[in-house]
Amino acid sequence: MTEIAAPMTATHSFHTSVEAEKRLRARYAAEQRFKIYGILAIAVACLMLVVLLFTITREGMTAFWQTAIRLEVTIDPAKIDPKGTRNPADFDRAAFQDVIHEALYTRFPQAEGRIARKELRGLISPVAGVFLAKEVGDDAAMLGRTIQVWIPASDAINQIEKGRIDRNEEEANRPINDRQLAWFDQLKKDGDSGPIFNSTFFTSSDSNYPELAGLFGAVVGSVLTLIVTLSLALPIGIATAVYLEEFAPKNRLTDLIEVNINNLAAVPSIVFGLLGLAVFLQFFGLPRSSPLVGGMVIALMSLPTIIISARAALKAVPPSIREAALGMGASRLQTVAHHVLPLAMPGILTGTIIAMAHALGETAPLLMVGMNAFVTSAPSGFLDSASVLPVQVYIWADAPERGFVELTSAAIMVLLVFLVAMNGTAIWLRKKFERRW
Amino acid sequence: MTKTSGEAGTKRAKMAGRGVKVFYGEKRALHGIDVDIYQNEVLALIGPSGCGKSTFLRTLNRMNDTIDICRVEGKITLDGQDIYDPKLDVVQLRARVGMVFQKPNPFPKSIYDNIVYGPKLHGLATRKDEFDAIVEQSLKRAGLWTEVKDRLNEPGTGLSGGQQQRLCIARAVAVSPEVILMDEPCSALDPIATAHIEELIDELRANFTIVIVTHNMQQAARVSQRTAFFHLGDLVEVGATEEIFTNPRDERTQGYITGRYG
Repeated sequence: MTEIAAPMTATHSFHTSVEAEKRLRARYAAEQRFKIYGILAIAVACLMLVVLLFTITREGMTAFWQTAIRLEVTIDPAKIDPKGTRNPADFDRAAFQDVIHEALYTRFPQAEGRIARKELRGLISPVAGVFLAKEVGDDAAMLGRTIQVWIPASDAINQIEKGRIDRNEEEANRPINDRQLAWFDQLKKDGDSGPIFNSTFFTSSDSNYPELAGLFGAVVGSVLTLIVTLSLALPIGIATAVYLEEFAPKNRLTDLIEVNINNLAAVPSIVFGLLGLAVFLQFFGLPRSSPLVGGMVIALMSLPTIIISARAALKAVPPSIREAALGMGASRLQTVAHHVLPLAMPGILTGTIIAMAHALGETAPLLMVGMNAFVTSAPSGFLDSASVLPVQVYIWADAPERGFVELTSAAIMVLLVFLVAMNGTAIWLRKKFERRW
Repeated sequence: MTKTSGEAGTKRAKMAGRGVKVFYGEKRALHGIDVDIYQNEVLALIGPSGCGKSTFLRTLNRMNDTIDICRVEGKITLDGQDIYDPKLDVVQLRARVGMVFQKPNPFPKSIYDNIVYGPKLHGLATRKDEFDAIVEQSLKRAGLWTEVKDRLNEPGTGLSGGQQQRLCIARAVAVSPEVILMDEPCSALDPIATAHIEELIDELRANFTIVIVTHNMQQAARVSQRTAFFHLGDLVEVGATEEIFTNPRDERTQGYITGRYG
């Protein structure tokens, strides 16, 4: 207090004293520090994200191409069309694999004997015939012709080529022996081996063979499941939110409901799965593993999120708009339908899309209703057996074949692309329909 | 501005309140208000903040219904009919007793859509040309037509504050109400916009009965024929505006209009 008591000149007032300067500097320093903390936090978060994306991309990128071997294959009519009808419906699909084997034996005549030939077959995929059948199997004109085709290499060759299995490892420790390696190197030297785009990954469903496994079935399953989820959760969620926010009296019952909705948002998702198992599957007897049941379970799970975000969006509509409409002689329902709900819609949709993105990545409850089934064809309806993207990731992560490691990461990449697209849509919708008042 | 005497008996009471008490939960906000509102007059409600004048205004078209804890006792009539009669439809009441709020609150829609919302709602018109006519007439009555006639499709929220408030008045006028309630319609506006609205109120008096809450005593003196002074939930005094401002009967009225408290 002595400073104040002392006679003050214009240059030595309380607010320009040395102490004041000190306080000022301390304030600036504190603000600077706070900024640095913030930037550091963002940097750490970004770094984590980059590391995550980098590792997944590095693991998964290789799944988008596949090592293939070019062979001169003769479509032997005696094998493919044993009945001689020249009708593609009568073709022996299993014989395409034999035809490829024959081509392989012709390519390497030095491989004689049962063991050598078995090793030789180890170069190509055990399901290579499926690819050949897909390419030429429906064309009777191909019978008897000799064509050059790219045949997927076996998983072991594929992994060696991609560097996931070390070819300098001791022979006993790798799935490919020295002789097989020599043959493959010969193929490579002749230009008869190289990478091809792995279109199977996008067009087929799950398989025991990594070279034949694809995501298409899981994507269709996810889309069907989300359609069920959205068509259940959105109307119910909006109706609940509108009623609770705009019409319901504030009493103990509505308080209880509100508390319960908030609690439901925090219930572990597996519990919803158990509920779905008990109610939808066992009580109502709905088909197991179907997008219908999966979608219903996830709809239950998304409801609290949608209700909470919809209520927040409704609350954010200024009361003056409600008063204006009521003052004009609009009923409460008209007020909500004409003014409040349209204004809240961007917020509701944003919340819904984020809930849907969450639902897209949901795994645990779907395992409970059997969506981890091994499904080798895309579901054709809501009642078919299906898998979904995250469950497919889960299944592949568990698979013993080396080839599924990269497929798992690639599936995660596809899942992330869907998530980013959905969140981007949410942002775009908000920007587009946001109205200012 | 001409001032009518505003004496009871010579004019018909459009609306009347008898023993109006309003409770917010346990708290009583109005202690029994008796007041008549005459046809084609402007009644100003004045008084210090929190005296209950806005509360009283909002009981006149039952806007208080939207507040859960609010309860109204007593009787309010419109053309002799009790407006708190459970059989009376509140939507219809609000079509007959329109309201303009303190803060301009146009809908975030075009100027045109703002005006036609009410008429559409109450089925006042069906054809496009009828709506066009209502829009033009309402905007003319609100003195906004010349300013906005070329941009009817622009958002109402893009207008200036004063224009927005006149748009709100036009919107209220468009449903042809009998009474217009105004809750401090000029408090968010600058003096020029305020003058505009005051002129407008005087013109609207020819067709409507107007009740206006104001904090501005000059405004009350300028626009109203009769003035009611509220204090702590009581109606202290009501009478011809000239009377109230020049020769108040009650000490509290005198204290307020001379600026001893407010």
